[in-house]
Amino acid sequence: MHDAPTPAVTPEPPAFTEVALRVNGVEHTLTIDTRTSLLDLLRERLGATGAKKGCDHGQCGACTVLIDGRRANSCLALVVAYAHSDVVTVEGLAAGGEPHALQRAFVEHDAFQCGYCTPGQLCSAAGMLDELRAGRPSAVTDGEVALSAEEVRERMSGNICRCGAYPNLVRAILEAGA
Amino acid sequence: MRPFRYERAADAAGAVELAAAPEAMFLGGGTNLVDLMRLGVERPALLVDVTKLDDGRIDETPDGGLRIGAGVRNSDLAGDTRVRERYPVLSAAVLHGASGQLRNVATTGGNLLQRTRCAYFQDVTKPCNKRDPGSGCPAREGEHHNLAIIGWSDACVATHPSDMAVALAALDASVETSTRSLPLLDLHRLPGEEPERDTVLDHGELIRAVHLPPLPVARRSRYVKVRERASFSFAVVSVAAALHVEDGTVADIRLALGGVAHKPWRAERAEEALRGAAASAESFARAADAELAQARPLRENAYKVPVARNLIIRTLSELA
Amino acid sequence: MSVASRSIGAALDRIEGREKVSGEALYAYEHVREGAAYATPVQSTVAKGRIGSVDASAALAVPGVLAVLSCENTPPLEARDEELALFQSDRVSYRGQIVAAVVAETYELARYAERLVRIAYDEEPHDVELLADHPRLYKPEQVNPSYETDTEQGDPDAALADAHVTVDATYETPSFHNNPMEPHASTAVWDGDGGLTIYDSTQGSAPARGTIARVLGVDAERVRVVAPHVGGGFGSKGDVRPQAILAAMAAQVVRRPVKCAVTRQQMFDVTGYRTPTIQRLRLGADRDGALTAIVHDVVEQTSRLEEFAEQTAVVTRMMYAAPNRRTTHRLVALDVPTPSWMRAPGECPGMYALESALDELAVELELDPIELRVRNEPDVDPESGHAFSSRNLVACLREGAERFGWKGRNSAPGARRDGPWLGGTGVAASTYPARMRPSEALARREPDGRFVVRIAAADIGTGARTVLTQIAADALDVEPARVRVEIGDSAFGQAPVAGGSAGTASWGTAVHLACRRLVESGGHEARVDSESAVEEREPYSRHAFGAQFVEVRVNAETGEIRVPRALGVFAAGTIVNAKTARSQLIGGMTMGLGMALLEEGILDPRFGDVVNHDLAQYHVPVYADVEEIDAVCIDEDDPHLNPLGAKGIGEIGIVGTAAAVANAVYDATGIRFRRLPLRLDRVAQALA
Repeated sequence: MHDAPTPAVTPEPPAFTEVALRVNGVEHTLTIDTRTSLLDLLRERLGATGAKKGCDHGQCGACTVLIDGRRANSCLALVVAYAHSDVVTVEGLAAGGEPHALQRAFVEHDAFQCGYCTPGQLCSAAGMLDELRAGRPSAVTDGEVALSAEEVRERMSGNICRCGAYPNLVRAILEAGA
Repeated sequence: MRPFRYERAADAAGAVELAAAPEAMFLGGGTNLVDLMRLGVERPALLVDVTKLDDGRIDETPDGGLRIGAGVRNSDLAGDTRVRERYPVLSAAVLHGASGQLRNVATTGGNLLQRTRCAYFQDVTKPCNKRDPGSGCPAREGEHHNLAIIGWSDACVATHPSDMAVALAALDASVETSTRSLPLLDLHRLPGEEPERDTVLDHGELIRAVHLPPLPVARRSRYVKVRERASFSFAVVSVAAALHVEDGTVADIRLALGGVAHKPWRAERAEEALRGAAASAESFARAADAELAQARPLRENAYKVPVARNLIIRTLSELA
Repeated sequence: MSVASRSIGAALDRIEGREKVSGEALYAYEHVREGAAYATPVQSTVAKGRIGSVDASAALAVPGVLAVLSCENTPPLEARDEELALFQSDRVSYRGQIVAAVVAETYELARYAERLVRIAYDEEPHDVELLADHPRLYKPEQVNPSYETDTEQGDPDAALADAHVTVDATYETPSFHNNPMEPHASTAVWDGDGGLTIYDSTQGSAPARGTIARVLGVDAERVRVVAPHVGGGFGSKGDVRPQAILAAMAAQVVRRPVKCAVTRQQMFDVTGYRTPTIQRLRLGADRDGALTAIVHDVVEQTSRLEEFAEQTAVVTRMMYAAPNRRTTHRLVALDVPTPSWMRAPGECPGMYALESALDELAVELELDPIELRVRNEPDVDPESGHAFSSRNLVACLREGAERFGWKGRNSAPGARRDGPWLGGTGVAASTYPARMRPSEALARREPDGRFVVRIAAADIGTGARTVLTQIAADALDVEPARVRVEIGDSAFGQAPVAGGSAGTASWGTAVHLACRRLVESGGHEARVDSESAVEEREPYSRHAFGAQFVEVRVNAETGEIRVPRALGVFAAGTIVNAKTARSQLIGGMTMGLGMALLEEGILDPRFGDVVNHDLAQYHVPVYADVEEIDAVCIDEDDPHLNPLGAKGIGEIGIVGTAAAVANAVYDATGIRFRRLPLRLDRVAQALA
């Protein structure tokens, strides 16, 4: 058994392409390296540092945003595959200067500590509540789909909080979703 | 990540033509492929995006079954009323996999083609016969507590991580590609001497759809998944089961296991032992033993055998 | 000594709540929006040896790659033989050590070029396994932070031989990884005059500044570390980590700001972790359960580069009365990364073993485990002889028993069964020292009548900014809304790191004193260094205490363990903010659940590193793992601590939780697991 050899590669030039997409209501047309993730586009090119890089591999949910109304991990979204998409980040959750019900509930129930997972939690919860209201089942749904602590816990398990704010997060999400 | 060109195919024929290039790969939702590209495990020079093909629907088929387009997102599949009513095990299996975010993006085709989560496969600085044929299999004597107990070879002990595939394996599903139709059970391979080949697909062969036959027994079906934490975690062992009992006797049965092999494991021996047998815990246990007799656990994963056995018995008992 | 409390004790919302929920709060990687280059580390693929050659030609040929740093071309640093001595030697001391770095215009280019750097090694055989009888075990001169390595009182061996009942059990814990949500990150900006500003994910901007300055060989006056928001640390951001040095070096080389964040996978190698432990616990007791002897022997690891000796057995020195006791620590330097702090270093792994052994003793004696602890409650600190400043362990146990429904608990392993689910409950004690360190603070009265307080404290999710605001408000006798507390900047003077649960006591005292001085002097600014307040304290044994109660369900058919209820009751002096304190305690308990059931850095000795190095494989608790959980603080008024009467609660939550879980699993199954985590496969194997 031998160590995997470093592949002997000659460097290849990047592929660039132009992509148009909407972020928090604003149209952008950008020339990007095809390897660019939506997460890095938001954070490094568009100055929207709300979405966070926790793992870059879809395993923690800190990068969750809404793409065409659905929650998704922006770290695994290649920008090039999302031309003409409509992206909403935590910066776009508050409508007309008023905090989103989830944002208010998070502060009231202390549903965050270090705050790093928080933008992802908010976007994920917003998407999750839409899914639940639309009657989408989860792994714990037994019969009719209804908002409950158990449903919130299962549906939000893709958002890791190492600070352990889970009980407060559940309370905040239940309140905002009521 | 290696630089790559991106093409969005307008139709299946166009996609196949583009993907004929030697270093081309199809891009569905990307939830597994982009992950592997970032790890350096997959290094395509061309991505052919197949999410805008006409493969995003679930249609009734003339025989009363369903045709699930390869582009259907996992969450849409799981939430489809027809799937929930007629093949509840499939909806449940999908919902037990991944996270809400990943299910929204992952496609049916991509889910089938996802690659093993073996720690050595995922680390390009370590040997792996699947990733780098001939370099060795460190898992065989190393960290393998969640790897295969059935059908492994000295070259590879990986498992297939998909929950959805286990349910499809139980449901007599077939896979429609750009060139043929084949039973789902024939899609994934055992590793043998060529662990680098997860499936029988040719390079550039595109999955178009998964077909479910009409299957009355599936109306009473269930998916149970044992995992190390309560959610967002791959299966240690899972069971997809469908059972129809008449007068205390097994009239029809479908059974598949996840987390035990390089492919979703259709428990054919157990099914054979059960057809016409009493629908009792004793029968279920005998059937489980018949199936698991072929298990060859590794040094650290023998626990999967009694867990699988117990899971089969309990799941069937609850369905009976 | 304390001022009338109006804010202290209130459940004030976090001051920076709006910034955090709006996405406006900036973390280390986010302060410089334009013009920065990106640095990515290259890691060794051998655990021990020498770098033979570094071929950066392919990487440098990529347009947009600005530099490749390695031992072949990097200017000298002042540091030697340390984790931070990047590229100063061709020696490799562990697999995953940073041996080169790529600096590029974009992140994508840097990550691509990283894999083009070809390093040849002269590999040597490595030794990475911690063994109870490792031939190179040695006795360190002290254990973290400055405790005696071994202690002995009386004649424990004779007492054990004479005891009516003994327990002799060895407990093992694996490497645990802090895994804060924010990967360690730094952005380095040099100005034209050789001054350096680093935006860093640090638990202490002031100590970080000193370390960075020393390592780089730069005058500390020219270095500024800024960290207004940090995405968790749990100890791993207490020391400066290599990405800070790397960012600074790279920024010097390319003459631009440089940002560097380690990947989640890299965190398992270069950002510290809790050492694995092998702990032998021996207890001797009379027939009534009074302990006559406790012996706690610990075996742990450190690296070849630096010594870190976790103080695992120190809890046994103060928890229970026993006239004969011995505690020892033995260390082996392996070809592994240097362990460091992880939430409650020492107390956390040590109490897992001690509280498990006590439970085994209770079972032996057929005595209620709470009663056993009550019978061994010491009057004074058993080792030092000092009085406890306050100690309410028994009150916590009793309060918890009441709330949890412990009365009439009839331990009958295997008896409570609901289908395949076996039910059980467990209890364990909890403790953490109440420390205090000197700090500087400034309080200023602004022309508009508001106040500003500046202190190089850190809020890594603890709520420090908020409690300091409350402390200042009370000291100034104003509403909190009129006070702005600024933290996270080394320009604000010396202040200790967020660690040791000493933040509130340390920074809070300095803030309190600065505000009082401002009020009493009538001036517009007051600066304080609280050193004398710390040094003048009388000799007491100062610790917070608590009790952990857990209910488990164990699936006898699959090995799954679920925790439907967990309750912690704590006595930690004044609780400055009821809301944030509860969050901290629950957070600690949640980490304790992970420690008990899920978390383990799996080492493959053939390679020498942690093979399950990401969040899909190293399982931290998710929402679904945490059901009913609560933390309660009982009133405790301790006049021997600090002006606030506070003990600190950041770490005690994790202490004792794992023992309570393991004890509950014993109660449910009759099987005593002495190795963490109680991973499904091990439980299934034992139950089969």
